[in-house]
Amino acid sequence: MNQQEASTAQRRMVRAGELLERVEQFLFLEARLQDTHAYDEWESLWTDDAIYWVPANGATDPETQMSIIYDNRSRIRVRVNQLKTGRHHTQTPRSELARIVSNVELLDRVGDEIDVRANAFILEESLRGETMWAARNEYRLRMLGDDFKMIRKKVSLVNSHKPIFTLSFLV
Amino acid sequence: MTTANNPSSLIDYRALIEPTRVNSRLYHDQKIFEQELERIWYRSWVYVGHVSEVPNRNDYVTKSIGPTPVLLVHDRTGQISLLLNKCPHRGNQLCAYREGNRSTFTCPYHSWTFSNTGELAGFAYADGYEGSDKSKFGLGRVPRVGIYRGFVFGSFATEGPSLEEHLGGAKASIDQLLATSPEGELELTAGFLQHRTKANWKFMLENETDGYHPAFVHSSVFQVTDSGIGKLYGPQSTALTRDFGNGHTEFDLRPEWRRIGEPLAWFGTTTGKLPDYAKAMEASYGPERARQIMIDGSPHIMIFPNLFIAEIQLFVLQPIAVDETIQHVTALQFKGAQDFNRRLRQQTMGSVGPAGLLLADDTEMYERNHRGALINDPEWLTLSRGIHRERRDENDYLVGHSTDEVPQRGIWRHYTQLMAV
Repeated sequence: MNQQEASTAQRRMVRAGELLERVEQFLFLEARLQDTHAYDEWESLWTDDAIYWVPANGATDPETQMSIIYDNRSRIRVRVNQLKTGRHHTQTPRSELARIVSNVELLDRVGDEIDVRANAFILEESLRGETMWAARNEYRLRMLGDDFKMIRKKVSLVNSHKPIFTLSFLV
Repeated sequence: MTTANNPSSLIDYRALIEPTRVNSRLYHDQKIFEQELERIWYRSWVYVGHVSEVPNRNDYVTKSIGPTPVLLVHDRTGQISLLLNKCPHRGNQLCAYREGNRSTFTCPYHSWTFSNTGELAGFAYADGYEGSDKSKFGLGRVPRVGIYRGFVFGSFATEGPSLEEHLGGAKASIDQLLATSPEGELELTAGFLQHRTKANWKFMLENETDGYHPAFVHSSVFQVTDSGIGKLYGPQSTALTRDFGNGHTEFDLRPEWRRIGEPLAWFGTTTGKLPDYAKAMEASYGPERARQIMIDGSPHIMIFPNLFIAEIQLFVLQPIAVDETIQHVTALQFKGAQDFNRRLRQQTMGSVGPAGLLLADDTEMYERNHRGALINDPEWLTLSRGIHRERRDENDYLVGHSTDEVPQRGIWRHYTQLMAV
């Protein structure tokens, strides 16, 4: 590990206090909207310049390497719209979901943007059976008064380098 | 059938496969799966990887033939070889990494070291092997390696038809694919998505060139992307289904693209939006030929048993159990076509893999197919669509309407030849 990586690994905001609580409430809201398939409400959490990224194989460059999801704002909309057709067979019937979002850390704040990390553990129940998903999530949030929007969400599945089942719910 | 005269290994495939219907048992019977490994996967030609995945000397990447891991190696002498990932001493997994560059492999268990050509280079504490012939302790290897235009295939049979004989009519489709590259070469550099699928591999094999399902399975995508692709599938389509023989099948969209007559319509774009690519194509092939190539587009072909080229991406099917298959998929990348390649990656990531807008639904169908196959009544599945209107094309291949089951019948004819011994 070089010096820069070491300092990144130890990045955190001290005395986060009240801001941490507000960020957590936002992440829990996102989790609930995803679990309950509240597609429009979830979509409204994104900024116009958003990137939704689920890497594969631990890849670091989504511009040259295949990702499981690498959506810009317009593709996020297409993804949501497909879910809303009622004919996206893999979500008809919909997966039953419950997720725990925890280990929330505030890493950095520059102006009105905050970098946040959290772990997510999801149990999915679908026609195929029960599937467990675990991920390290990284968010860049924009503060808008008392509220937040997501500029970027990166979901690093712990098994992204292995064969994984269909991932058609909002992760 | 009496057990005394018929050991359980004796399965009468001709009684399970008829010209227009197949028995559900073929998809879920463990014994049949074991015989498929023996008679198809560990005998006939199977696609393993592409030379562009190991561009430099001593590069290696872990691939597979069915459930068996195989190291695709560009060895120290410059040869492409397929080594088995097993130390011949006590059977330890030799290499634990997906890819890398090394001239030797050392087993972590007792430190036996092998050249990447497969020979044993040395024992650890060699005095214990006094008088042993090192040449008898080489790595296992896939005995026959065949390369067609960069596509590397392996066969565990020491003799049999050559790769080119096996590919037959499918060679023309690979040529068609490479013609869409300005430099006539492919580079698989974007990495593979691995989509785990709880279904028998043959549901994927059959579906890849099925032109009957898209209007139904993918209607949600057609609706929300406004792509116009939906019109290519359905009763009015002039596209063709084709059986090349040897189990290779095609969904040929060229009649549709030629009717539309617009370069790059097959890729949902125009030469104006990809000017560098269009210029490079014209420089390589001349304006007229380049225009025709850009109208015709890239092929949609399933090369038996595991290589599926779907216009813009490449799938490799890997059966790992009777009810489990991994779909490996990557974006095709063409040498000398940067603007084109970016679009290939973006479209591929949106459409395939575990979260792909298309493949998530295909895969849902595979898994439901498998659950259906486990139900005994009715035991026969029907592949009769278009039997009354199939015909021979100018090359004497069977063709049918875009929604007909010509490919599926062809797959099972070849399957019967391999399995009924």
